Amino acid sequence: MTIQFGNPDRPNSYIGKTVPRPNAGRLVEGRGKYVDDITLPRMLHVAFVRSPFAHAKILGIDAEEAKSVKGVLRIFTGADLAEICTPWVAVLEHLKGLKSPPEYPMALDRACWVGEPVVAVVATSRSAAEDGAALVEVDYDPLPIVTDMMSALDATTPVLHTELGDNLAFQRLHEEGDVDSVFQTAHKVVSAHFKTGRHTGVTPEPRSILVDWNPAERQMTAYHATQAPHMMQTALAEHLDIPESRVRVICGDVGGSYGIKVHVYPDEVATAAIAKIMARPVKFIADRLESFTTDIHARDHEIEARIAVDAEGKILAIDVDDWTAIGAYSVYPRTSAIEGNQVVNLCGGPYDFANYRAKTTVVFQNKTPTCQYRAVGHPIAVTVTEGLVDMAAAALGMDPVEIRRRNMYADDVYPVTSPAKMRFEGLSHHQSMDKLVALMDYDALRADQAEARARGVHRGIGIASFIELTNPSPFMYGIGGARISAQDGCTVRMDPDGSIVALSGVTEQGQGTEAMLSQIVAEGVGVHPENVRVITGDTQVTPYGGGTWASRGAGIGGEAALRSAQALRDSILEVAAAMLQADQASLDIRDGQVVDTDTGAQRMPLEELGRIVYFRGDTLPDGLPRELVQTRHYITSEYPFAFTNGVQASYLEVDTETGIVTLLKHWCVEDCGRIINPQLVDEQIRGGIVQGLGGALFEEIHYDSEGQLLNGSMADYLVPMAGEMPDMIVGHVETPTKESALGAKGAGEAGTAGAPAAVMNAINDALRPLGAQVTEMPFTPERILRALGSIED
Amino acid sequence: MTRIFADQIDVELTVNGEPVEARVPVGQHVIDFLRQNLGLTGAHASCEHGVCGACTIRVDGSSVRGCLMLAAQLDGADVWTIEGLSDSDSIRDLQEAFIARNALQCGFCTPGMLVAAEELLAQGGVPERTAIREHLSGNYCRCTGYEAIVDAVETVARQRAGQVQSGKVRA
Amino acid sequence: MKASAGGYARANDLSHAMELLASSDGSGRVLAGGQSLIAAMNMRLSTGDMLVDISRLSELSGVTEEADTLRIGALTKHVEIGADPLIRAHAPLLAEAVTCIAHAAIRNRGTIGGALAHADPAAEFPACMLALDAIIHIQGSNGERSVAAEDFFEDLFETSLEEDEILTAITVPKAEAGERQVLQEIARRSGDYALVGLCLVARSTGHWVSLLSVGSTPVLAHNAMTLLDQGDVDGAVVALRAEIDPPSDTQASAGYRRHIAGILLRRAVAQAKGEIA
Repeated sequence: MTIQFGNPDRPNSYIGKTVPRPNAGRLVEGRGKYVDDITLPRMLHVAFVRSPFAHAKILGIDAEEAKSVKGVLRIFTGADLAEICTPWVAVLEHLKGLKSPPEYPMALDRACWVGEPVVAVVATSRSAAEDGAALVEVDYDPLPIVTDMMSALDATTPVLHTELGDNLAFQRLHEEGDVDSVFQTAHKVVSAHFKTGRHTGVTPEPRSILVDWNPAERQMTAYHATQAPHMMQTALAEHLDIPESRVRVICGDVGGSYGIKVHVYPDEVATAAIAKIMARPVKFIADRLESFTTDIHARDHEIEARIAVDAEGKILAIDVDDWTAIGAYSVYPRTSAIEGNQVVNLCGGPYDFANYRAKTTVVFQNKTPTCQYRAVGHPIAVTVTEGLVDMAAAALGMDPVEIRRRNMYADDVYPVTSPAKMRFEGLSHHQSMDKLVALMDYDALRADQAEARARGVHRGIGIASFIELTNPSPFMYGIGGARISAQDGCTVRMDPDGSIVALSGVTEQGQGTEAMLSQIVAEGVGVHPENVRVITGDTQVTPYGGGTWASRGAGIGGEAALRSAQALRDSILEVAAAMLQADQASLDIRDGQVVDTDTGAQRMPLEELGRIVYFRGDTLPDGLPRELVQTRHYITSEYPFAFTNGVQASYLEVDTETGIVTLLKHWCVEDCGRIINPQLVDEQIRGGIVQGLGGALFEEIHYDSEGQLLNGSMADYLVPMAGEMPDMIVGHVETPTKESALGAKGAGEAGTAGAPAAVMNAINDALRPLGAQVTEMPFTPERILRALGSIED
Repeated sequence: MTRIFADQIDVELTVNGEPVEARVPVGQHVIDFLRQNLGLTGAHASCEHGVCGACTIRVDGSSVRGCLMLAAQLDGADVWTIEGLSDSDSIRDLQEAFIARNALQCGFCTPGMLVAAEELLAQGGVPERTAIREHLSGNYCRCTGYEAIVDAVETVARQRAGQVQSGKVRA
Repeated sequence: MKASAGGYARANDLSHAMELLASSDGSGRVLAGGQSLIAAMNMRLSTGDMLVDISRLSELSGVTEEADTLRIGALTKHVEIGADPLIRAHAPLLAEAVTCIAHAAIRNRGTIGGALAHADPAAEFPACMLALDAIIHIQGSNGERSVAAEDFFEDLFETSLEEDEILTAITVPKAEAGERQVLQEIARRSGDYALVGLCLVARSTGHWVSLLSVGSTPVLAHNAMTLLDQGDVDGAVVALRAEIDPPSDTQASAGYRRHIAGILLRRAVAQAKGEIA
């Protein structure tokens, strides 16, 4: 059955409506169940002794004094755990040349970053474990370190992993057209050097895992704050030598993820290994301070880039040289080369131009490993692209909206392949820009800006168009050999009273997955969403799937849910047709009733159908299928990724005496295809924007030259708080993907992708009359004053 | 060392209107005491250095960081957590506004956020949005971007001031 | 992380608190509002302390008028100072400072005495004490003593308090008619420690200028004060930038802080004159 999305009055029209989230009521009452809320009988706690050196040989470990602490039961070294846990190597075959050494759950004889786990102390309480950890004596011999990204490949720089030969983890050069000759002849060439600050995710709930091992059943149960329970099931099974069928990962409430919780962390695997050795439940809740040195970091990039335009503002060529430093190891199993690879894939994304060169150089260093974090690579690519476009517009004396209109892919050219060889099925750059300009009343805003400037107040407007990669296929990870699933499944069943249960492989991290799935299943079956109970996050009962990352929950998980729901509907109607002696095609299910499609006349409540099927099956014809449960899996096949698009705008004020930026307002128009729940999409956008604003104004991990992390607390690493954030106007254009019946693409990255560039462009718009420009994030008061030349050292 | 200083302290207090007696280790902060000893897991331990606000609870009528007060200091205190505030229906309108406006995503910050917001609302009147933002500026939320939270709090302030009917929330 | 305290004892009154401190063999640590101390304990920056909890000593709380001065009990909470009518009338700088200190839940428990004894150079109250020419009152095992604010703050987190002493109260002169008290600060986010902050008190007897976040202690800018007394604002800005030696850290460099100090002085003077709000 095809859903008539164009008709809002169709029966069971739940897709496209704002319905309440089924799990919100629980959470506002404090009835959430996060990992740290779970207490198991005989549960123990682990605390890790972590390397205080960025690079050091481990000469010896003396844990005698620690063992005397009341409550401390056992202490493990890296060698202890290596006996039962195999190491991993985080590479992907399709990222040619990517290399990384084997990594163990804890350091063996060498620690490679400040925070790397070295010793595990297991005790009856976290407090006792910490007391013990404080008394463990580790004898370190410091080794030469590499911290600086741009000199990591210099001949004089020490090599971090000598067996790899050099500090180069990965390099990729992509070239299209004749870039060099275009730059020689172009009307205008503008170049700039950009830096994006090393971030971390600061999930409100720190990384959390509680693992139990039942030796009699050879069964491992891991309660884990994760985005990808099946991936973790596979990883724990593989490295701890357990059949996948005997590893159950349960992912209850998760207190924020944003990409931080989609990786295999050494200390979490160590916790599982310890549980297996001790045959007792072991809990590890990362402390906030250790989170800063052990949660993955991201976005540590430096980019030299240039753009060539003709006199009419047409983009002729873009040339990008991107560098990123990823810490000591490529992170398992997604690898740490994807972010740089994304920069190559995404630069210039909205624009129809011919000549493109992009190179990414990914190097090792003695810092915390980096990996995929919300909107992977997007904020960097959008900053470079949109920064260059604005600079080109300024050089030409052209309005920033106008130069974009002259270059964005026309809305009717699709499908089209970009110079980065990305294939776009259908985007709406011009429609989105038109909507943005109307929403923000661009001309009035320019007038306000001029009026303010006359008063000596420096306001700026910044625009940032972007593309967003969602619904990834196996081309992202699977083809490289990673056991990361791009498909996802959903099982939908009808219980005897006619209520519906849906079990999905995608997970709930707060974005509203369960609400979204309940709407889809409700519409697919023909019941009210309140009658759909959605179960996620338990590998023992849900179909195998990839989980929630790269904005795939609605597009992949949602389509699987729709297909399984419609299959269940067909099964129900087949039984109903037999019972009612009617033509199945003449029957429909609406609001939990079997009805005549044409008249809507009620024929039978689902409750009655359930009673007959489950308790009086003897009255049904022999051979009638009676499976009121259906499972469908879905994977994209036409396109490697479903690209979406959007455009953001920032209006802000710069205090040119102090360098303080005040965000006045923010706009975003985006096109995520079919919108399932407008409120949930809007709030994904808003939350994403604010994460991007954090990157623009506040967030930056600082290290000193010895590889010591300098601002590892929430007092020193600044995240966006309510006081400084603006109100945000969000609008939509809907271009559904034709790959699926649902037509949904992702919306999770859009806000974060575009916000930093919009802010940068707005600041530079404000500063331009003063001859200043900033390109290094975050745009601290100091960096702004330095750009203005105000500070004398 | 002198016995004057104890490493365990007996406390008698009231939690969510119910009497509680306990012996607590002196280094234990209030939020661990509530979560681990009393099973009140609604508020969360997150940063444990007083910045994130996830542990915000009400002690003797005021919002307090549960990680910056020792359980040993609770003797005689009147403590309210999200569990008690929910059971007593005392912030039902605020909770409903949070749900209606989707002013929470992962929900981890929400119990603390609600206690902080209620403290502002209890002052009466309809605060400006900037005042709401300022009051909530010590409670970290990574998911929502804050606007929905500000909307929900503003809506409840208006409802309580009789400016709009209960249940009507800006979508 | 989880705090590791050595022991705890709750004081019933000031003399009991003094006894407890005396019996702690030098490991005693006075616990007042705890908003800095417990954070430090949780981070294991401070371990093994014998905590002397004075937070219930009601005799150390509250604001009273004493002729030309206000006496502020050490345990008066930030929230109480912000709302106190005597403070608002006679020492408005302190009420203004409260709006800059952290967030509501912190202000509900943090105490002025605790903030002064902690002596964080980035905190507002210590700098306010300098600008107001406050007197710090201290109870020791050998009796009471009083210290001028400028002599109280000795180094980073260090004061003239001895191990057996407790800060009991502060007295500040009441503002004269026409006196202006102004606080200007720059912080990245609301409630953050200021990158730089400046207090200006303009009295008939002269100007007082103090700064926070520009050194290991709050500082009085004597040269700038002298030039302001002479009506030379430009000169005062130059002198101020020359007489401070601010630190560099991950939030801002010394150069930024020095520059901003001058900007804040200009703004404070303009605000004192009623030229800006």
